[in-house]
Amino acid sequence: MGSKVAGVVIIGGGHAGFQCIDSLRKGGYAGPITLVDADPHLPYQRPPLSKGYLLEGADPDTLLFRTAAYYSEQSVNLHLGIAAAAIDRERHTVQLTNGLSLSYDQLVLAPGASIRPLRVPDEIADQVHYIKTLGDIDRINTQLGTAQNLVVVGGGFIGLEFAATARKLGKNVSVLVRGPRIMNQNVTPELSRFMLEQHRAHGADIQLNTSIETVSRLDNGGFEILTTDGRTLSCDMLVAGIGVTPDTRLAEAAGLECDEGIVVDAGCRTSDPAIYAAGDAVCFTHPLADTRIRIESVQNAVDQAKVIAANILGKPAEYDSAPWFWSDQYEFKLQMAGLHAGYDHVVQRGTTESGKFTLFLYRGERLIAVHTVNKPADHMAARKLLAAGISPSFDEAADENVKLNSLLKR
Amino acid sequence: MPKVVYVDFQGNRNELEVANGMTLMQGAVMNGLDGIEGECSGSCACATCHCYVDEAYLDKLPEMSENEDELLDGTASERLGSSRLSCQIRMTDDLDGIVVQLPEEQ
Ligand SMILES: Cc1cc2nc3c(=O)[nH]c(=O)nc-3n(C[C@H](O)[C@H](O)[C@H](O)COP(=O)(O)OP(=O)(O)OC[C@H]3O[C@@H](n4cnc5c(N)ncnc54)[C@H](O)[C@@H]3O)c2cc1C
Ligand code: FES
Repeated sequence: MGSKVAGVVIIGGGHAGFQCIDSLRKGGYAGPITLVDADPHLPYQRPPLSKGYLLEGADPDTLLFRTAAYYSEQSVNLHLGIAAAAIDRERHTVQLTNGLSLSYDQLVLAPGASIRPLRVPDEIADQVHYIKTLGDIDRINTQLGTAQNLVVVGGGFIGLEFAATARKLGKNVSVLVRGPRIMNQNVTPELSRFMLEQHRAHGADIQLNTSIETVSRLDNGGFEILTTDGRTLSCDMLVAGIGVTPDTRLAEAAGLECDEGIVVDAGCRTSDPAIYAAGDAVCFTHPLADTRIRIESVQNAVDQAKVIAANILGKPAEYDSAPWFWSDQYEFKLQMAGLHAGYDHVVQRGTTESGKFTLFLYRGERLIAVHTVNKPADHMAARKLLAAGISPSFDEAADENVKLNSLLKR
Repeated sequence: MPKVVYVDFQGNRNELEVANGMTLMQGAVMNGLDGIEGECSGSCACATCHCYVDEAYLDKLPEMSENEDELLDGTASERLGSSRLSCQIRMTDDLDGIVVQLPEEQ
C-alpha cells in the first residue's frame, strides 16, 4: 500500500454513504474520500419518492443531499453511474465496472437493498414499475399522465404511500395485498385496521389475501390481471412494492460474513476490520433486540454512518440508538419508535375516531415501542423515553393528562 | 433568485439564494450549511430543521399545521414564539430577504 494515504472509499451514496462523507469531513477527516455509486444522479434522498415528489412538481433538485459544489469544496471524488464490481481485500482495492481500480485504507459498504422483482412473464417484466430510484419515479411520472387505472402490488409502506399519492392525483387505484393485513410486519393489528379504513375511505380499492395469478398484455397497452382469489382487473400501469433484499453480493464474493445482510458488530465493522458497512444492507445485534436484525430506515442508515465516521476518525463509537421511522399516507403521519417485535400488551392514548392517537407497546411492563398517528409530539417524547429506558405505567400511558415529557424527569 | 439570510448560533450570517418552491430547510441543507439537519427530508416528522424566524417575516409565512405545531414542542432547543420548522416554509418572492436564526441544537 506504500506510505501514501489511500483514504476512504465508500460504495453506495444513499442515506448511509452520504452521511458517512459528511460526518467524516465535519469530524476533520483530511484524507481522500471517494464515492462510487451505480446511480447516475448526485446523492439524493429516497423517502419523498413515494410521498411528495410527484405532488410537488417532481423536481429532482429538491431531493439532493447537497449541490454539486459541495463535493468539489469538500474534495470528494465522485464516480457516479459506475458500480463497484469486486473487492480485493489483500490489496485493499475495489474494482469498478469501468475497469478502474481504487485503493482504500478503509472501505465503507453502503449498497442498500435491491427490489424484489414481481414474478411475471418476461414480456411483461420490463413494464412493471418499482419505486426505488429517481429514475424509477421519473419513468412512472412520464406514464402517469395518461394512465387512469393503477394496480399496486404490495401492502407495505412504499406501496401504500404511492397508492395514497396516486389517489391524490385522481387515479383509480387497486392494491393487492398478499397477507390478511396491510403493513403486516411493521404495525399492530389496531393501526393496520385503522389505516385500511382510511385507504378505503379515500377511495383506494384494497384487496387482502390476494396476489397476481396471471397477467397478460391488452391490445391497448394495458394489462389484464387475474388474481389468486379469482377476480379480473384491468389497469394501465402496474406498480410493485413487494420488498427488498439486502445487497450482499460484493461482500459475499469478498468472503465477508453475511447472514440476512452483511454482518457488522456494534462499531459497524464487518468481519474485515478495514471494511465497515451500514444501512439497509447490514444485519447486526441491536441492544434492544434478542436476535440479529436488519432495519430499512433513514435513521438506521444515518446513525450507523455516523458511528463509522467516528470510528475511522479514531473516536470509538457504538451503534445503539433507538430506531424510528415514519410514513405519510393521505393526511396521516405514522411514526414508529423502538422495536416492537415480541410485544404482548398495547395501551392506547387518544381515540381512533379522532384520527390522532398513540399506541404504547409493552413486553411485560417494559415499554419497547411507540406507534403514533398524527401525534408527533408524543413520538418525540417517546423516543426520549425509549432512549432513557423509562417505561410509563399502563395508566400513565393511557392518560392524556400525563405529559410524556414530564415522565422523563423522574 | 430570492435570498435567505441564515444566522447561525454563533451569529455568523450566511446569505444564500434559494429558488422559489424550495423550502428554507432545503436551501440550507443542500448548500451544506451547518445548523439545520432535515433528517426526514422535509416530511415534518423529525424536528431537526427548527429555526427562529425574524419578526418582520412571521406574518408572511404559511400557517402552521397542527403537526408542525406539535412537533415544535419536541425540538432540541427551546421553542420560542418565532419558532418554525424550516421544511414547512417554501420560498416565494414575498419572502425575499427573510432572516432566520438557527438554534444551538437540532
Ligand atoms: C420510495 C421509498 C420511500 C422510503 N420512505 C422512507 C421513510 O419514509 N422513512 C424512512 O425512514 N425510510 C424510508 N425509506 C427507506 C430508506 O430510504 C432506506 O432505509 C435508506 O435509503 C437506506 O440507506 P442506504 O444508504 O443503506 O441505501 P440506499 O439509500 O438505498 O443507497 C444505496 C446506494 O448504493 C448504490 N449501490 C448499490 N450497489 C452498488 C455497487 N455495487 N456499486 C456502486 N453503488 C452501488 C445504489 O445505487 C444506491 O444509490 C424509503 C425507501 C424508498 C425506496
Ligand atoms: S426536515 Fe424533518 S421536520 Fe423538517
